[in-house]
Amino acid sequence: MRGSNVVGEAAVRAGCRFYAGYPITPQNELPEYLSARLPEVGGTFIQAESEIASINMILGASAAGARVMTSSSSPGLALKQEGISYMAGQEVPGVIVNMMRGGPGLGNIAPSAADYFQSTRGGGNGDYRTPVLAPAGCQELANITFSAFDLADRYRTPVIILGDGLMGQVMEPVVFPDPIPPDALPKKEWILDGCVGRPPRAIFSMILNIDLMYRHNLHLQEKYDRIAAEETRWENLQTDDAETIIVAYGTAARIAESAIEELRAEGARAGLFRPITLWPFPTLPLRAFASKVRKIAVFELSMGQMLEDVILSVGERAEIHFYGVPGGIVPTPADIAQFLKSVSAGDGKVGRRIEA
Amino acid sequence: MSEQGAYKKIFGMPESLKDQATHYCPGCGHSIAHRLVAECLDELGLREKTIGVPPVGCAVLAYNYFNFDMIEAPHGRALAVATGIKRVRPDKFVLTYQGDGDLAAIGTAETIHAANRGELISTVFINNAIYGMTGGQMAPTTILGQDATTAPGGRDAKLHGRPIDISRMLAVCEGVVYIERCALSSLKQIRQSRKAILKSFQCQLDGLGFSLVELLSPCPTNWKLSPEEAWGWVNEVMVKTYPLGVIKDTTGYGEKR
Repeated sequence: MRGSNVVGEAAVRAGCRFYAGYPITPQNELPEYLSARLPEVGGTFIQAESEIASINMILGASAAGARVMTSSSSPGLALKQEGISYMAGQEVPGVIVNMMRGGPGLGNIAPSAADYFQSTRGGGNGDYRTPVLAPAGCQELANITFSAFDLADRYRTPVIILGDGLMGQVMEPVVFPDPIPPDALPKKEWILDGCVGRPPRAIFSMILNIDLMYRHNLHLQEKYDRIAAEETRWENLQTDDAETIIVAYGTAARIAESAIEELRAEGARAGLFRPITLWPFPTLPLRAFASKVRKIAVFELSMGQMLEDVILSVGERAEIHFYGVPGGIVPTPADIAQFLKSVSAGDGKVGRRIEA
Repeated sequence: MSEQGAYKKIFGMPESLKDQATHYCPGCGHSIAHRLVAECLDELGLREKTIGVPPVGCAVLAYNYFNFDMIEAPHGRALAVATGIKRVRPDKFVLTYQGDGDLAAIGTAETIHAANRGELISTVFINNAIYGMTGGQMAPTTILGQDATTAPGGRDAKLHGRPIDISRMLAVCEGVVYIERCALSSLKQIRQSRKAILKSFQCQLDGLGFSLVELLSPCPTNWKLSPEEAWGWVNEVMVKTYPLGVIKDTTGYGEKR
């Protein structure tokens, strides 16, 4: 199944019953899939007038109690940031999919991965964090989409799924989780469904009283601390005896995985550290590796954004080397093998050493 | 006859309003509009079914005053948020309450498209021709010649553009069934506003389509007039740019309704 359709089907199976979006390449197969699929299960699909309207429609639909999703690609996500900030402040859950493309500006439709900062640092205003999940491949796309709705509901937060144009287009076999009927989901005691037999509820983010605003921010931070403690996810591949570790996420991690196989066949001891949550970033597990290996290699489909989190995690415990390819050009596993060989040799031929 | 039975209650606080003093300025139209909305919801027995979406603007704190479920929308996005709510809960009554900056400037796209889709939502549109909350800047509806802190010397068509008549623009949308413009500046017009709001609510209950009631609303503070002078300004000056009356009605409801 195609990656974009995988997201759509997994969302429906997770109980998502409301989607709003605005067309943008390379993720149009997702709204197209849901425009047919959601009505089959009594859900609502709306092609909205803009990205801004889309994010606000899911804000309303989620406040009314539904599991909700919107999707877009890079410049579209820029437009959604206002709504994501409101969802964070109002504690309204929802799943937001970004199939990244080249940038900045309108960029191109090739599979770049330059929205790490936009996703993990947030383009919206205020002191908030958004969990960011970065799948690598269709099966994980299905699993992550399915679990993203639980994560969003459990913490009452927007959750971003960060894929790229390649992941949205690629076709791989997938086993889906069994569908959850929305009626079987835990009842939400905060939603707006009419004040029958209870006092009225209000959902808002404007808190003029500075003491209350202070406390609201502390409450949000406490929640983010809990997410960091309980939801941080990563994967180690062939790291037990590794001398060099490469850090990569998403499509870049798939390429790195193949490169490692090539190198292992030649007897080189390389391993992959793959962050699955980009926020919360798996700082402590990466730090633990940094104390064991001499060199950490970072590979991104951008000019170096996750790199900053790697620097924060590794510090001066190991050498950090970076290789980034922007613009939507996808390097081959052989290119990454060359990068890792160059890191091992310390010859500086591919990528660059990051001076601490 | 018991003492209690000797009296009949003929006036009181609507149940749809909380017993709470508002932050609105003396002579502001919002308090009157709030009361009219609350009376109409009570009359139709809708309080417990209602989900309201207030704007960003002077009425941003409306959830402190209205006694039903409410959600704050980002500036201008009320009708997108309301669309999401109504589609998920078609059996509930969904209301937006928006000012001119919210509905006719920053949220123009959301307004036009929700109306054109014919969303089953009722909108109360407060037009006071000025930005109240931020302190008297030019609104999209500020009339030519009217003073504003960002239109010193008065709005000039060449410099600032012309006032927008969003209600007439919306009237051409197929999904819109009813639009009426009233004023909160005379007892007669306040009664007419109440009738119009009631009719708009009925449009939603009957599943006819989108409806909107525009209320020309005094803002004595930012117009720098007394409350009494502000009523006069609506009745004598503002109505020339925004004539009162029904702008669109395809409801098929009789005159008596």
